[in-house]
Amino acid sequence: MNRLLFEKTGRAVFISHLDLMRIFQRAFRRAGVMLKHSQGFTPHAYVSILIPLSVGVASRCEILEFELDESESTPLASLPELLNKTMPEGIKILKSYESDRKAKHLCYLHADVTMEYDSGVRAGCADAIRDFFKRDEILMDKRTKSGETASQNIAEMIRDLKVLEEENEIHLDCTVCAQNPSLNPLQLAKAVSQYLSEYAPDFAKCERLAFLDEEMQPFL
Amino acid sequence: MTGTLERILPNVQKPARYTGGEYLQTVKNKQDVDVRVAFCFPDTYEIGMSNLGMRILYGIMNNMDGVWCERVFAPWGDMEDAMRKEGLPLFALESHDAVRDFDMIAFSIGYEMSYTNILNMLDLSGLPLHAADRTSLKNIVFAGGVCAVNAEPLADFIDFFSLGEGEEITVEIVSLYQKAKKEGWDKQQFLKEVSKIEGVYVPSFYEHTYKEDGTIREIIAKNGAPKTVTKRIVQNLSAAYWPVDMIVPSTEIVHDRGNLEVMRGCIRGCRFCQAGFCYRPVRPRSPQVLYDQAVKSLESSGCHEITLSSLSTSDYRYLGDLTDKLLDYCNARKINLSLPSLRADNFSRDLMMKVQTVRKSGLTFAPEAGTQRLRDAINKNVTEEEILQTCATAFSGGWNNVKLYFMLGLPTETDEDVLGIAELVWKIYNCWRDNAPNKKRAVRIHVSTAFFVPKPFTPFQWEKQITPEEYTRKTNLLRQAMRNKCVEYNWHQPDLSQLEAVLARGDRRIGKVIETAFRMGAKLDGWDEYFNYEIWMDAFRACGIDPEYYTTRGFGEEEVLPWETVSVGVRKDFLLSERHAAYRSEITPDCRHACMGCGASKLYTEGKCDE
Repeated sequence: MNRLLFEKTGRAVFISHLDLMRIFQRAFRRAGVMLKHSQGFTPHAYVSILIPLSVGVASRCEILEFELDESESTPLASLPELLNKTMPEGIKILKSYESDRKAKHLCYLHADVTMEYDSGVRAGCADAIRDFFKRDEILMDKRTKSGETASQNIAEMIRDLKVLEEENEIHLDCTVCAQNPSLNPLQLAKAVSQYLSEYAPDFAKCERLAFLDEEMQPFL
Repeated sequence: MTGTLERILPNVQKPARYTGGEYLQTVKNKQDVDVRVAFCFPDTYEIGMSNLGMRILYGIMNNMDGVWCERVFAPWGDMEDAMRKEGLPLFALESHDAVRDFDMIAFSIGYEMSYTNILNMLDLSGLPLHAADRTSLKNIVFAGGVCAVNAEPLADFIDFFSLGEGEEITVEIVSLYQKAKKEGWDKQQFLKEVSKIEGVYVPSFYEHTYKEDGTIREIIAKNGAPKTVTKRIVQNLSAAYWPVDMIVPSTEIVHDRGNLEVMRGCIRGCRFCQAGFCYRPVRPRSPQVLYDQAVKSLESSGCHEITLSSLSTSDYRYLGDLTDKLLDYCNARKINLSLPSLRADNFSRDLMMKVQTVRKSGLTFAPEAGTQRLRDAINKNVTEEEILQTCATAFSGGWNNVKLYFMLGLPTETDEDVLGIAELVWKIYNCWRDNAPNKKRAVRIHVSTAFFVPKPFTPFQWEKQITPEEYTRKTNLLRQAMRNKCVEYNWHQPDLSQLEAVLARGDRRIGKVIETAFRMGAKLDGWDEYFNYEIWMDAFRACGIDPEYYTTRGFGEEEVLPWETVSVGVRKDFLLSERHAAYRSEITPDCRHACMGCGASKLYTEGKCDE
């Protein structure tokens, strides 16, 4: 299977998953590289993104799978340069490669959650958050696919978490489950707002840094 | 991205429409720029980015040295609420700079129901709504688009209008502004100079006086402004600028595909159609130029679909050759060539079958009226025989989906004409029964009726509009006559069309109503989610203006019309003779068959109409 490793940052973080697929389909055409298409009256190109990214979340480690048309002879290694020439602002292809690693081996996500405090980080905030995430149980509501609300213990889904303090910001450097079940790292900031309301940030944002396998090694 | 915007966007619907940053947007170095233009489209991103005129003028202005044109769209309600709450002024997508920091603010206006959006966008920018209250050269507001042919309802708000096709006039206007800014002119001096450019209409240079009965007594030109302002046209369409390197939106828009404009103007002369008269004379683009533009724009955008656009693409002389060539290119690359609704003639039938090899879309007809008599009266030269023959071919080819568009409330219409729609639909249904190879898959016939809106610069510009009650009676009559489970009937709500008629044919007194409606909360009136008829009725009452004065009253043939200052090239007496021909149910041949001397060819000094 062919894969692209790419970044989605800046203005591009607000592009939705479906729109991103369309962007790639067009970018391949602009690069003059023909993707494999489905049969039928409305042929569509095969591209898929391994772990869809929520709108608003940045990433340094997105993975796109694609298949080239049989007639295509463009070398895989030339794709990042070809594609990056015509990408919207904020999307950058880092690497193009073949991989036979199945997506099920993608287990964890290393991410950064930035919590912004406009009038400064209060004394004791970082320690309180550190203690909070040591709890065995942190229940958060999650909407299921059927639209119902279910309670989820997010503490079980955190593999590693460091709390770092900067000027007006607290960073959660975290590693969380990426699949079955997955945890959106922004839930961590939400949990802080919900359970430690005196330390609720004014705004929180998230950036994916790397996907890891079951051995906590990079997944590509 | 500013912190405020970054914090707002996670909480609004479809945030990608507010970020900019798309592939092929134009970004310039501010040090190299002396005039910045905020190009505002008074509707959402998805609508505005689908507008070809805006794409063309964006490219043209950004091709000018020292000029940077950026895009601005109307925010959806949730975004507007967030912006107002956080004190974030309306901004341009490329730089995220506030609109009020721009030198020129341009609007493209194609739809009357976007008028409140114009006021809302000025207000969100923190600018005074009234042109008279914006006293400096900076932030000068101008507008173009088809609605500018009757600019009077917007006369209080817009400093000047640019009439007709914008390719050349826009460059002349912006160049003059560059000079004015460099030389430190004041706003009045600029307006005086800009009014000398052919096609520029400065409403504040014209005084409208009224008679006791409320009709216009006279229109007096002041400050040396011309008595009549004639719209501009492009003389050589094949040589005209076309943006082959258009912005590729990062999120889905309404018309998300490549586009070729095969010609301007229309040979048909349907008497209700404003575009048909306002975009004359007919000028085709050369098929070789179009093919090159298609290849270049498909390569530059990466689109997998391209369409041909014009007012009546079947009438493009070289359509067969062009589509053959395009199909070769497109089929080899799995690109979809889509054709807009074609006429129901033989040639179009062949073409339809050919294009179907790529993709099978629905079959669409716009007979507009149910009987031949009324179709003759409106000069919609399509016959029942042609429609049925096209349907027969399509049904036997396996198509089973037909859309039919009609209007109700047309001049001279009787109940017999309304019921004629049901009869035609019944014949189409029988045609399917006689021709469909597989009757297990039922046919779907979608019938849609719109409420006729008389528009300026058409032969029907003087006509009465029927009341919303009468329109509703006609829809009920038709609904009861079309009881068939294969027929789906949709009709436009009359409230909106009534207002559209007021705004389209309004005079300067309507400005007050638009402003009052806006203050009372009217916005995004073209959207069902927001349109609120009651607000508008309250606004009319508050201003002491009767909307029926502009609808059911009709305009007298001797009356001074609000849009009398403007000329689109077609003579008023030609429109009048067409009106009278309608009363006799007499058709006028299309321009290709015989030139009727409408006057528009006088604009076309460098070429011959339709050649």
